[in-house]
Amino acid sequence: MGLMQRLSTIFKAKASKALDRAEDPRETLDYSYERQLEMLQKVKRGVADVATSRKRVELQAQQLQQSQSKLDQQAKQALAAGREDLAREALTRKAAIGQQLASLQAQHAQLEQEEQKLVLASQRLQAKVDAFRTRKETIKATYTAAEAQTRIGEAVAGISEEMGDVGLAIERAENKALEMQSRAGAIDELLASGALDDLTATSDPIQAELDRVTAENSVETELARLKSEVAGQVGPGGGDAGSLGSGAGDAEVETEGEST
Amino acid sequence: MIVRILGEGQFDVPDSDLDRLNAIDDEVVAAVEAGDEAAFRDALGRLLAAVREHATPHALETLDPSDLVLPGPDTTLAEVRDILGEEGLIPS
Repeated sequence: MGLMQRLSTIFKAKASKALDRAEDPRETLDYSYERQLEMLQKVKRGVADVATSRKRVELQAQQLQQSQSKLDQQAKQALAAGREDLAREALTRKAAIGQQLASLQAQHAQLEQEEQKLVLASQRLQAKVDAFRTRKETIKATYTAAEAQTRIGEAVAGISEEMGDVGLAIERAENKALEMQSRAGAIDELLASGALDDLTATSDPIQAELDRVTAENSVETELARLKSEVAGQVGPGGGDAGSLGSGAGDAEVETEGEST
Repeated sequence: MIVRILGEGQFDVPDSDLDRLNAIDDEVVAAVEAGDEAAFRDALGRLLAAVREHATPHALETLDPSDLVLPGPDTTLAEVRDILGEEGLIPS
């Protein structure tokens, strides 16, 4: 049996289980309708849950962006103070945060997609539930229990498939939201501890090396850019950055990535 | 015939497409049985494209069961196995 046929059989088997449960097939109608209303509630809750996760990811992205600008500022201060080593450290951290931010943004897009899918799924289910309610009343009013059986079977089979589909969509979206939450928790902790640069550690050694090289290159580029900026600020008569000593008291640059 | 794509809803597809769809479906099954994720993604992608070629959305306010059900485009091999349950592709 092919996959398409097999999946269709699985959904039909679920429907016939629902039908076997009741003595009077017309009871199945009410039972099924209750389940449908529950499922509608569930999918709406699912949409809300995924939206909550999405918002949390957005908030974290903002925090990471703030950390980036702070580190950028610190790097400038460090350079102005002639502490290239500190500037390098700040820029290295900034690069690590940039990588985190990129992966966070990719996951944010995924969450947004799941949310959209759930919204559409709930609209489809709502249309089917409305159709079922109308059909239910017709069947109850018009047919005897014996006559009703076939028609009930058809109605229940049709809605049951939609319910199965929506159920899978909810499960999927909630798994994604859960993944995201545990990741978000980890980033929160790292933001708090200032150890974000540890996050570049990855289980794939080649990727780790690539990441390192990328980060290194971006640090060098940024360093060059800042150097020219700082040189510009000092002006023609200002001498070299190392002797920029007037504000030497605040040369002590905070590089511990304290959370913001 | 009515074809459901999981996560997307039901579509009307001409019966004349069935043989063509079944041929690609066989490739999907082979990939699932071999546990070959890349081959599975590829075959599923082609199967979905073949379905969509002549598909029109099935009316929402109906209660018609589908003749065929397909996983959605970003479904993984593991997720399909989950839906199939313990019996896998062998009919009970």
